[in-house]
Amino acid sequence: MPMPTDEPQGVAPAASPDDTSRTAEVAVAATGSPAVTWEAPDASEPPGPRPDARAMGRGRLARRDTHPVIWLPAAVIAAAMLIPAVYLVIAAAELDGGRILDIVTAAETRRLAGRTLLLGSSVTFASVLLGVPLAWLTVRSDLPARRFFAIAVALPLVIPTYVGAFTLIGAFARGGLIEDWFGIVPPSPYGFWGAFTALTLFSFPYVLITVQSGLRGLDPSLEEASRLLGHGPVRTFLKVTVPQLRASTAAGALLVLLYVFSDFGAVSMLRYSTFTRGLYIQYRSAFDRAPAALLGLLLVAMTIAVIVAEARLARDRGGQFRSRGPTRPAPRVALGAWRWPAAAACSVVVALGLVTPVTVVVYWMVRGLAAGEQVNLAFGAAGRSLLAAGLGALVGVLAALPVAIWSSRSSSRWARLIERASFTGYALPGIVVAFALVFVGIRVATPLYQTLAMLVFAYVVLFLPQAIGAIRSSLLQVTPDVEAASRSLGRSRLATLQRVTLPLARRGALAGGALVFLTALKELPATLLLAPTGYDTLATRVWSATSEAFYTRASVPALWLIMLGSIPLAVLMVRERREIDRS
Amino acid sequence: MRSPSRSRARLVALAAVVSLLAAACGSDAPDDDAADDADTATDAADDDAGTDDDAADDDAAADAGHDLGPITVYSGRNEELVGFIFDDFTAATGIDVEVRYGDTAELAITITEEGPASPADVYFGQDAGALGALESQGLLTTLPDDILDQVDPLFRSRDGNWTGTTGRVRVLTYNTDNLEEADLPDSIFDLADPQWQGRIGWAPTNGSFQAFVTAMRISEGEDVARQWLEDVIANDPVLFENNTAIVEGTARGEVDLGITNHYYLYRFLAEDPDFPVANHFLPGDIGGLVNIAGVGVLASSEQQEAAFELVRYLLSDEVQTFFGQETSAIEFPVRDGIDAPQLPSLDEIDPPDIDLSNLEDLQGTLELLQEVGALS
Repeated sequence: MPMPTDEPQGVAPAASPDDTSRTAEVAVAATGSPAVTWEAPDASEPPGPRPDARAMGRGRLARRDTHPVIWLPAAVIAAAMLIPAVYLVIAAAELDGGRILDIVTAAETRRLAGRTLLLGSSVTFASVLLGVPLAWLTVRSDLPARRFFAIAVALPLVIPTYVGAFTLIGAFARGGLIEDWFGIVPPSPYGFWGAFTALTLFSFPYVLITVQSGLRGLDPSLEEASRLLGHGPVRTFLKVTVPQLRASTAAGALLVLLYVFSDFGAVSMLRYSTFTRGLYIQYRSAFDRAPAALLGLLLVAMTIAVIVAEARLARDRGGQFRSRGPTRPAPRVALGAWRWPAAAACSVVVALGLVTPVTVVVYWMVRGLAAGEQVNLAFGAAGRSLLAAGLGALVGVLAALPVAIWSSRSSSRWARLIERASFTGYALPGIVVAFALVFVGIRVATPLYQTLAMLVFAYVVLFLPQAIGAIRSSLLQVTPDVEAASRSLGRSRLATLQRVTLPLARRGALAGGALVFLTALKELPATLLLAPTGYDTLATRVWSATSEAFYTRASVPALWLIMLGSIPLAVLMVRERREIDRS
Repeated sequence: MRSPSRSRARLVALAAVVSLLAAACGSDAPDDDAADDADTATDAADDDAGTDDDAADDDAAADAGHDLGPITVYSGRNEELVGFIFDDFTAATGIDVEVRYGDTAELAITITEEGPASPADVYFGQDAGALGALESQGLLTTLPDDILDQVDPLFRSRDGNWTGTTGRVRVLTYNTDNLEEADLPDSIFDLADPQWQGRIGWAPTNGSFQAFVTAMRISEGEDVARQWLEDVIANDPVLFENNTAIVEGTARGEVDLGITNHYYLYRFLAEDPDFPVANHFLPGDIGGLVNIAGVGVLASSEQQEAAFELVRYLLSDEVQTFFGQETSAIEFPVRDGIDAPQLPSLDEIDPPDIDLSNLEDLQGTLELLQEVGALS
């Protein structure tokens, strides 16, 4: 396998003895033959202590070493991820050609597409600007109350945007709490800037969490070498640290961008019309799935365009794959005079993204209690949320592992294609995925329809890329030489997978599981339609109460969401501490 | 090194997680925790409505339906409002009910996506348009005459496939600090006047608003409806996501008046008696359209008898009286002779003569709203 360690994205090496096989590979990819044909010879190789001299001799390990135990499940999982897209094609096929042309070329469609791209790109840009420095501060610096901030700045992610946007309105709108309590008129929360602020606040933690995980996986010796060579801390950060974070930053940024594509809660409440809002309006107003499905397909097309662009932009330019994994935790960088300004910056984010929503929610509770409302503690709903989101995270990580391992350890086009295919469910509005699974589930998996298994499957379809991104970027931090060494020392591919690759993926798996858990916890449309009948969760409770203006009743489940959401963040934190203790 | 205090913290965390999951599993037997929640709601409702003695009557009736059911309801009406009604129905008839709550439109689409295998027996929604969409696709069965005969024809399907359970009236809500009732127009058409520049709140993406526009297209004609929309848009109305948001925005003074349904207001008043908003009815005007929350039984249901029982229960004296009097959501009973003391009578409201079964052309309304730029 032509897999120079600097070229994980499959960029052709300048000249290598492998050029012939590479040509053959491209030819196979072009004729559409499955990658199976490439793996078959390997599958028949006798396992044993004998190192694969042929592969080693040519320095080709990565894809040839992909065991069927990895690519077979990966292919099956990718096929399952395409269910929503297939459903959209079936539904949109009900339209005749003229109508399709009308909708595709309508001025409204173009306008919505433009606004969606504008909002998506600006939120993503801001999220990177916010997420990368905050990740560094909370993992690698001596920030005051660092552990508190590491969790608190990530927590806005657990607040559903329909609640977050709502509380921003309650606080910032004309006559809202801020004007009421402080007598100042804050900037209006509506329109582009409102949607931009809300979505940035509530989705930048995607970047934060993946980059935090990336930072925890860095080998500090590289930075030390840079410092020993006389580079200052800033130059070291920019030239050594940042390049190694490129994969995790890109993974987080892609999650933010595609999340913006799919969000309905914030854009609708804050009055900024995007594609997803147009699609919801079409669904809800006319009870006609065909035009909505066509809009969904256009959204899929936009997603593909973004993914292709991202793959080009994020293509490795060196700087990764130098590490042998973190041999020991990196020392914390002393911020000196910047300690308190940095803490202040973190506090602002926490104040906007966490304290504001929590204050509004607590205000609802207090106001209602004062008026004699009863408050239900919602233990049952909290347990059901924990169970469903926990299973979603577990199954999501298990499903993500083969896809992530294959795509980070192989330069096969199939591997990349399959990894990218998993993004369709994520970028589509939740309601589309929910209807797709209703349509397919009741016909294909009748006994499972509206069971917990179905709900967990829906979470996996919706959120798999979060886990894949995190695992993949943690694997990209470590050179495949490590696995090559294991093979050359006589371990079989399976044993190498089990003893080397999987442990290396563990950090990413935890971060990815945390992301899936957080987003599944607040997921609404699929939960409403696919959970067992009567299986109410915290998210459905919050929605049910706020949609009819019973704010007091929404307060307890909303606070539960935030408390449960801090569990996986705390787990990540505890692991980091344990690693420090060990060293 | 692992400190003892950290192990203890870990034990406590583990215990908390286990007990939460136990709470979740416990309620898989449908009653446990869900019933606790429902009880609080029922208690509160009982206190308000003074129907404490219902339970005694229920026991006698409880035997009648023991061989029927269970039935599954897809409810676009909110659990906070109607959840306990289903529990009371089970207590009264012995028919078990499972309820899936969701958005009215989304549940209607779910039923069409599910097709004949749908687990739903009953669809309960808060918009005649959703019921009409299911009816026009042949997914609902005709209700028995004893049910239809109870209901004012204004509130049910012409073809008898669905019936309203309560009526809701389009009104103008206004901020009582900024406006007197006398300042308000008598017709929705007066909102075209420039004096309302920047003072109107509306929710053009909302189902009941669109039903009203559809009614206006039918009764006043396409051109009048388009002109009215363009005139209102020229007054820079403030766009809200839904009716609840309109009422809140009106209270905050973001807008002086809002075009919405009558019943949202009462919930705010229940949480805050000083809430500075009131309803202004529009008697005899198309702006005072009466829409319904209603119910239909699925043609694919294997439990239609039990489902009809539920429909009868929703039209019973207890439930109709409850909706007419419940403090946080007063709606119009659809049966004659049931009082809603805090609401004007239907005669006073003089609703426009619109057949709710005619509100079919929802796609046409959506396109009109898009063309005039109401949705952006």
